[in-house]
Amino acid sequence: MLDFPRWKIWGIVIAILFGIVFALPNFFPEASVARWPSFVPHSQINLGLDLRGGSHILLEADTTDVAKQRLGVIEESVRSELRQGEGGRIDIGDVSTAGGKLSFMLRDPGQLDKAVERMRSLTRPVGITGQRDWDVNVVDGSRIVLSPTQSGLNSAVDNAMQQAVEVIRRRIDQLGTREPTIIRQGANRIVVQVPGLQNPEALKLLLGKTAKLEFKMVNVSASAQDVAQGRAPVGSEIIPYPDDPRGAGKIAVERRPVVTGDQLIDASVGQDQYGAPAVNFRFDSAGGRRFARATQENTGKPFAIVLDGKVISAPVINEPILGGAGIISGNFSTDSANQLAIMLRSGKLPVALKVVEERTVGPDLGADSIRSGVIASIVATAAVVVFMLVTYGRFGVYATVALAINLILIMAIMSIFGATLTLPGIAGFVLTIGAAVDANVLINERIREEQRKGRSIVHSVETGYKEATRTIWDANVTNLIAAVIMIAFGSGPVKGFAVVLTIGIATSVFTAVTITRAIVAHWLRVKRPTELVI
Amino acid sequence: MRLLKLVPDNTQFRFVRLRWVAFTLTLLLTLSSVALLATRGLNMGVDFVGGLMIETGFEQPVKLDTLRSKINHLGVGEASLQQFGNDRTVAIRLPLPPGDDAAVQAVVKKVQAAVVSDYPGASFRRVDTVSGKVSGELISDGIKAVVLAMLGIAIYSWFRFEWHFGVSTLVALFHDVVVTLGFFSLTRMEFDLNIVAAILTIVGYSLNDKIVIDDRIRENLRKYRKMEIGELIDLSVNETLPRTVMTSLSMVLALGSLLLLGGEVIRGFTAAMLLGIVIGTYSSIYVSSSLLISLGVGSQTFGPKEEKSGAERIAKRQG
Repeated sequence: MLDFPRWKIWGIVIAILFGIVFALPNFFPEASVARWPSFVPHSQINLGLDLRGGSHILLEADTTDVAKQRLGVIEESVRSELRQGEGGRIDIGDVSTAGGKLSFMLRDPGQLDKAVERMRSLTRPVGITGQRDWDVNVVDGSRIVLSPTQSGLNSAVDNAMQQAVEVIRRRIDQLGTREPTIIRQGANRIVVQVPGLQNPEALKLLLGKTAKLEFKMVNVSASAQDVAQGRAPVGSEIIPYPDDPRGAGKIAVERRPVVTGDQLIDASVGQDQYGAPAVNFRFDSAGGRRFARATQENTGKPFAIVLDGKVISAPVINEPILGGAGIISGNFSTDSANQLAIMLRSGKLPVALKVVEERTVGPDLGADSIRSGVIASIVATAAVVVFMLVTYGRFGVYATVALAINLILIMAIMSIFGATLTLPGIAGFVLTIGAAVDANVLINERIREEQRKGRSIVHSVETGYKEATRTIWDANVTNLIAAVIMIAFGSGPVKGFAVVLTIGIATSVFTAVTITRAIVAHWLRVKRPTELVI
Repeated sequence: MRLLKLVPDNTQFRFVRLRWVAFTLTLLLTLSSVALLATRGLNMGVDFVGGLMIETGFEQPVKLDTLRSKINHLGVGEASLQQFGNDRTVAIRLPLPPGDDAAVQAVVKKVQAAVVSDYPGASFRRVDTVSGKVSGELISDGIKAVVLAMLGIAIYSWFRFEWHFGVSTLVALFHDVVVTLGFFSLTRMEFDLNIVAAILTIVGYSLNDKIVIDDRIRENLRKYRKMEIGELIDLSVNETLPRTVMTSLSMVLALGSLLLLGGEVIRGFTAAMLLGIVIGTYSSIYVSSSLLISLGVGSQTFGPKEEKSGAERIAKRQG
């Protein structure tokens, strides 16, 4: 007990110094920490959204949407492969996409082997299992069925999500938001966290839209009656037109777009000829050429500007638009025009996203929570310290020193890992204050017991530490089990609580056992006390 | 200097003698909690049932009835209102409207506009929307977490001690969780994600006590091989009583300051933990250790082992 190895002492001293250095930035405002010399640690504990105010938005992608898109793409490539691929044309008929599978008949069953071969060449391997993204099967000797494989779909969803994260990042950056956090969660979800936003509405409008822009020719041959009843002419479709000046609310357009937003290279807010807000756009050179050709061929006819399946406006092409630049006018406010410009600049989302969870905390509530959390922590610490002092005297002082070091270490570790402190995290902090002294209580009570048995001071202290340490170890492992499970299964605030708890458990064993032991050993060695009041 | 001793030296409480009383009480508590949960259920927050929650701060105290009828006339669904700490803060809960996020936004705006027009200066401090899908996942994750934590801990105490201890611990933990849930059912306090965290913490800390006592029982079983088991458990619980009281008290001090000063948002959370500490302490003393007797723990449980010096055995508790 008395001989405490020198290296251990040094280890403790270094750990404490390191704790102080890394915890220090948390006691200064962010602005002043930024001016510190670069060799000093700068990182502070992140405050959760519930403490500084902000929005947490969980978006979910519709995987059936991805499946549908894949089906459309494979149908397109099957048709073009069999029409104009190498090896000559193969005629097909009775094409169906029912049940998420693509199936078609061969006009000439003799071409079956060749057709299957060419279908196989359209599929790609996915993953490491050697599975392909589509299964090609033959039914009834002349029908080929392409069915999507699960791994094919998974990899398509994965790609779509990766792109979606990028698009969302671009959109949020353009909104000028500070420090957004955008993380993928699970297979088809994205978490967006934006601090300090009073009203997340603008943000959500930006996230909730796919922003798929298409320019389609209006089918003027469809009669008003047909449009109203939803009967589209061949090759056309009837889509909503909310701001329809004629009041029909629907319009018939050709299925095939003339140009799409994919070919845009720039978009910005501007004004139309009447001075109303509008969106200026410019195509890349290929898009510009197509747009020029289409407007040349269709001068005098109306075309529809379609966003996410809804018509924004359907102006008449007065003259060919040759420069590759144009303007989208419609029923815009400056804000909505700006939003559309941002979305067009950042590109369309590869898959539709839906908000499935949203939590917004106003900055006032966050500030209140921090204030009451800090006050509660201080009062809790004071109460526990006084309790320790009146109960254990000198050993209570040691427990207090251990508690102080513990709090510093928790702060330091949280700063190093950039852990996020949430409101339940503050509760975890306070709880740690109450629980950390448990180890000292166990040790001190054991020492009292040994003393009652008439043991010498050194012997009592030694046995107290030895016997209590085993118990402390068991008790903390069980706590750790609960905390780790909370980290694994908890979401948001619960996780924040569990992180603080886990760190607190680890540091409290070190401070309450190792550090107090070093202090006690030093005291016994230097003072050689003849009486132990505990 | 005279130091504070909350628990006198060498207490001789006969805990075990009361164990049938305790079992009856425990059974009653557990059964009434189950009955409460079955009939009244829990006042689930939006985390677990899905929906929309707007926490609103008012400049003046508001009458809930007036506010409720005002909101119910908006045609956005049945509102349930709850005061949040003081009479100037109200949590307005509404079902999620069908449709996409724009529909949700419309409801939020409608409610906020209606509230501001009647109560100028009202501020909206917090808005939560949780879809049914996410709330379902949160429930299943919460249940998984609590069950796994209980099993994990029971398995640990089985490995560390013996199966008897694993079983008695599991029973006691189950009791702690059910009674805490019963308390939430009784008080209608909102049950949300934070409360699940609180329950997990209770599971962890209630265990602290049990481990400490179990540890002492094992130690004494090896030390006093001839002692009758009831007496031995009484001895162990009495020996650890000062520690049990001290630790529970320091936890209560810390949590008490959090309950009084920590603000409204985590009040339910803190209340759950405080209650859990009390229930956990009770169940460590009465449920899990007494249960060990019924499970047949004895000196043979930890196998024949070299006894310590005979003097120690005779010295027993005289100190």
